[in-house]
Amino acid sequence: MLLQKWMEDIKMADITKDRKKRSLKSVLTKNVVTLIFIFLTVAGIALSNLPVFYLASEMLTRITRNTFLVLSLIIPITAGIGLNFGIIVGAMAGQIALIIALYFGWTGLGGLLLACVVATPIAIFFGYLTGVLFNNTKGQEMIAGLIVGFFANGIYQFLLLIVVGGIIPVKKVPMIKPDGVGLRNTIALDTNFGEVGLKYAFDDVFKVNLFHFMMIVGAVIIIYSLIRLIFRNKFQNVTNQKSKITYIIYTVLGAILIGFAYIILTASTGSFLFSGTDSSAIQSLNMLQTIQVPIFTLFLIFLIAVFNIVIMKTKLGQDFKSIGLSQHIARVSGINVDRTRIIAVIMSTVLAAWGQIIFLQNVGTMNTYGSHMQVGLFAVAAILIGGATVKNANIGHGILGIILFHAVFIVSPTAGKELFGDAQLGEFFRAFVVYGVIGVSLALHAWKNRKGLEDLGQ
Amino acid sequence: MKMEMMGGIKMVAFIKNIGFPRFMMSLLLVVILVTAIFVGIPIGMVMTDLIQRVGMYGIIVLAMVPSIQSGTGPNFAVTIGIVLGLLAATTAIEFELVGTTAFIFAILMALPLSVIVGILYGKLLNACKGAEMTIATYTGFSIVQLMCIGWIILPFTSDIMRWPIGRGLKTTFTLEETFKHVLDNFLKFNIGNVEIPTGLLLFFFLACFLVYSFTQSKMGTAIQLGGMNNKFAVASGVNIDRGRIIANVISTYLGAVGIIVYSQSFGFIQLYTAPLMMAFPAVAAVLIGGATASRAKVSHVIIGVILFQGVLTSSMPVLNEIIPFGSVAEISRMVIQNGIILYALTKVDGGH
Repeated sequence: MLLQKWMEDIKMADITKDRKKRSLKSVLTKNVVTLIFIFLTVAGIALSNLPVFYLASEMLTRITRNTFLVLSLIIPITAGIGLNFGIIVGAMAGQIALIIALYFGWTGLGGLLLACVVATPIAIFFGYLTGVLFNNTKGQEMIAGLIVGFFANGIYQFLLLIVVGGIIPVKKVPMIKPDGVGLRNTIALDTNFGEVGLKYAFDDVFKVNLFHFMMIVGAVIIIYSLIRLIFRNKFQNVTNQKSKITYIIYTVLGAILIGFAYIILTASTGSFLFSGTDSSAIQSLNMLQTIQVPIFTLFLIFLIAVFNIVIMKTKLGQDFKSIGLSQHIARVSGINVDRTRIIAVIMSTVLAAWGQIIFLQNVGTMNTYGSHMQVGLFAVAAILIGGATVKNANIGHGILGIILFHAVFIVSPTAGKELFGDAQLGEFFRAFVVYGVIGVSLALHAWKNRKGLEDLGQ
Repeated sequence: MKMEMMGGIKMVAFIKNIGFPRFMMSLLLVVILVTAIFVGIPIGMVMTDLIQRVGMYGIIVLAMVPSIQSGTGPNFAVTIGIVLGLLAATTAIEFELVGTTAFIFAILMALPLSVIVGILYGKLLNACKGAEMTIATYTGFSIVQLMCIGWIILPFTSDIMRWPIGRGLKTTFTLEETFKHVLDNFLKFNIGNVEIPTGLLLFFFLACFLVYSFTQSKMGTAIQLGGMNNKFAVASGVNIDRGRIIANVISTYLGAVGIIVYSQSFGFIQLYTAPLMMAFPAVAAVLIGGATASRAKVSHVIIGVILFQGVLTSSMPVLNEIIPFGSVAEISRMVIQNGIILYALTKVDGGH
């Protein structure tokens, strides 16, 4: 009996494989941006010859730093607003909250959480205004989002350069310029009146060794898959039931993860696995063992990912989806389209504000008039690289995109140096790629849309 | 009472007629100029500056007209034309040309470059109708970054342009020995203490006249028809896609000529990321002049560039006098420029 079922499963798998093979071309064209980036990442890593330790620790930092911001883009995409370049406005709200926190000398985890609380009403207000603007520029939300970032930046500078100190009297704290008007260009988050500041306030809450963390993740995957396998019958009413093979593969992957982590952790010249390798390789492995994972920050990212999934199951989330599919049909079925769109933008803006706070507590210094400007660009580029489109994005796209985007970001200066003898070239190349990716993705999407419409017409 | 009401209605109609941005900016310009007189800023200097900057920026703003008329919206990718213009100018210097020869060579060389690139760009825009503005913006950005690589690896040898040590061209270099002010100094004269750069203004108005003649020609009319009403244009046998390509070739070329004129007046050539944000002030200027994202005339360019540059040049000394701290002038530029573009975007009919 069991065997028969197995055979059936394998047969099913074969059929799906066949189907996939037939649409290989469509898979390729659909994921062309992601594939190019996978190629760039691999080539870049091979060319740059960067030490594994540097690469791994740098990647980990950047992933924990940026994921929250990137995930803030998902809701507006689902609601049909497209890529919200306006998250810059949210980032500004986050920075204003951080400045308030520093001004009043709030420190540590409590201080940073308080900054998040302060950021929320500011971001809701900004998000509301952006949402109203998007409702008035339907069909042009993306360019409007870009321009609203520039526009808001003018007001932000007016506020922080002239109003602070010029109109509102302020105490002489280190972040205020010597003449008492306006804020300095860079503000350090790590020292605040001689105390511990806000830097790493989330990251330092709870840290775990990277390879211990990998083992835990592996164990969780195995337990989860085994539960799904053993209690298979109980899950029959669940819609996204995958085949047994999938869970078996998950289990194996989990085991490989644990094994890999174990091997790295136990690496030493004495270990029989490494008897042939030279000591410098062992040394770099030993350095790898020191990498720490900021669990609390990851937990926040996990929460936001869960939030993104849960909200789609609510009435509001369904409204987002139906608006995304067709505003007209949504309106006919009684959804207040404009109001729902504003809610989507507000959510995105608030998440971006929190995301910017998470980002800056890790960076440790705030570039008062510059830290926010690239946020929209980088987040959008990352999610597009992960395979998202203007109409469709999920958490997987975000995470894959961040990994690929930042891998290219880290290696391109060194790769440029190795390839052309000039690190600057690599930097220009990555800037070109960031803008190019957005342009190409948008153009491909518009082109497909148009082709689809023409096909319908015929 | 009745008279007042009539006056109010007339006022509203008047503002509606000339357009909100144009009205606001005229008002602002008047207020600033009056304040300037009270604060005691030499008006002659401000006027000299204003006239020069109108000539400097004018042609880049003019590049918006063909693209808006053809229905592709303001040319946010005019930066493509700008980098081509810079390429032509640097080539002229590389060939050791000076003065008017260098200027004319640069302008002529920009033409074939603009035609080739403009056709490709026009085809891209035709492939993705409906999202032109965002795509144009990012295409423009990426081309600027691509040319950053170009400025390093292109085999230029001129000592004027190269870094003395290291690779590639300088970020900024002077045109003192080549073609600085070839237009500005042509038939230059003074009225009181106001300097009139005759050649620069003549060149700008010549360009305006050429574009105006084109819009009045048979092809120009057909392009406008295609931009205004797709169905009607198709019915009357106009090839819309071809019109859009031609319009964007012209727009790209105007961008190229625009930056050459700008550079000769400015006296320096700025490479690398300098052109990145140059499209936005140009878009704002034509919108201030009364254009919308789907309708533009040459007169909008002239009015817009005078109003926008007028406010910018005159507000700087005035604001710095009134508010001595912070870069108020730069901040107000950002707010005005982007506020105007946002206002215009709210008026775009999405076609849904």
